Amino acid sequence: MKRAFPIFALLTAILLSYALYEALVAAPTEQTMGNVQRIFYYHVPSAWTAFLLFTINFVASVWYLIRRSPHADAVAVVTAEVGVVFCTVVLLTGPLWARPVWGIWWTWDVRLTSTLVLWLIYISYLMLRRFSTSGQTPVLAAAMAILGALDVPLVYFSIWIFRTQHPQPVIGGGGSIDPRMWHVLLINWAAFLCFAGLICWSRYRLEILQREVEEAQALETLEPRSSR
Amino acid sequence: MSKNSGATAGVTGVTLAKDLRLEWRSKDAINSMLFFALLVVVVFSFSFDPNAEQSRQIAGGLVWVAVLFAAVVALNQTWARELRNQVLDAYRVSPAPANSLFLAKALGNFIFVAVLEMLMTPLFIMFYKLRPLGPAWQLIPLAVLGTWAIVVNGTFFAAMSLRARSREIMLPLLLFPVTIPALLALVNATTAILTGELSARFWIVLLTTYDVVFTIACLLLFELVLHAE
Amino acid sequence: MNFLYAAYTATWIIHITYLGILVQRYERLRSEIEELKKK
Repeated sequence: MKRAFPIFALLTAILLSYALYEALVAAPTEQTMGNVQRIFYYHVPSAWTAFLLFTINFVASVWYLIRRSPHADAVAVVTAEVGVVFCTVVLLTGPLWARPVWGIWWTWDVRLTSTLVLWLIYISYLMLRRFSTSGQTPVLAAAMAILGALDVPLVYFSIWIFRTQHPQPVIGGGGSIDPRMWHVLLINWAAFLCFAGLICWSRYRLEILQREVEEAQALETLEPRSSR
Repeated sequence: MSKNSGATAGVTGVTLAKDLRLEWRSKDAINSMLFFALLVVVVFSFSFDPNAEQSRQIAGGLVWVAVLFAAVVALNQTWARELRNQVLDAYRVSPAPANSLFLAKALGNFIFVAVLEMLMTPLFIMFYKLRPLGPAWQLIPLAVLGTWAIVVNGTFFAAMSLRARSREIMLPLLLFPVTIPALLALVNATTAILTGELSARFWIVLLTTYDVVFTIACLLLFELVLHAE
Repeated sequence: MNFLYAAYTATWIIHITYLGILVQRYERLRSEIEELKKK
């Protein structure tokens, strides 16, 4: 297992470099937006990755509530953190794309705003985990994750209603995508998924190690080895 | 099933009555919160001073943000008394369903925030010279649904932050993101009713959906939270 | 065009920062393990 990690890391690095080349050089230049459109190849895969990670978090949280498996809880923490990282990328690349193309930094676009709320919900989830001193923090966090997950479709729908009443510019483009662009998009998504997997793996090992250390420290406090 | 729901309703009623009685007797919590609500309205009035036309556009947002902040102050002390007197342990071991405790607390908070709103609304109307151009009667169900949305989640998150460092700030940190769709609905519906330009119907439907979803979710999850403390 | 480079750079800065945080936590854990082993 441990030997696979460096190999996987190397493969991911290669894939990411290839994906970067494809995005910056090989992909066709978009007609109306020009080269700035290439941000799309980082913005969209990051969003899909973040959503996938948050979905895994939801499943892990429910699993934890049913089975009380500590591994499920560890997965929940890991996916929440890495999800927030990818979500941050989405929220920064979005405005950086919007500004040169549409002249505005922000708009109440359904996807962008839903992503913002999702980001906020998961940051509050992480703060709950950090600030809670209860011994049952995983249970509370799992409940929070469920409420957050219930909120997301409502957020989406509420912004959709808002936009039908107050038409706003659409960021991220609708319509069909050139198949060559689709190809580059998928390559970048695959690369970022591998990268996310890599980070999650590392974070997961860190989490397990941390729990073992905390257990050992607690044991040490209760039964100091020097006194045995 | 009917016996169980009878027990639930009974315990809820008793707990609620006890809370209301205790609050009424102590009064210091009520007084400080009423004053806080008043201050919020006054401060907002100094910050925004629009004419009558503009005021209808923005009053919706102002009122509900003010209510949200005042509600947080009220929600923070939801479980304070239980914590002080170590009552929660008694609740955990008693056969009373956890739902009834939650419902009692939520209803108590609802009444409390409603009182705050009844104080704040006339002040807002006065300061901003508000006169709704749309169907004003819709504001009542809107206020009921909206207040419940804030209160049901607020009571739940207050319980979650019980054993947390910086408990008072944890509550708004947890509450605000989740409340965003409800807040959006409230503000837009109020603006729609005040300006009379658009229909508030979609928003009220959304708010009803929000209330149903989160009331059920909180009732189902509260048992876990109570025992997790 | 600058926005394009800014976006890509920002992405990697965020990822590298997070990885840096993880490395820091690993180091701290490692020193805690050393301490525990001594006792």
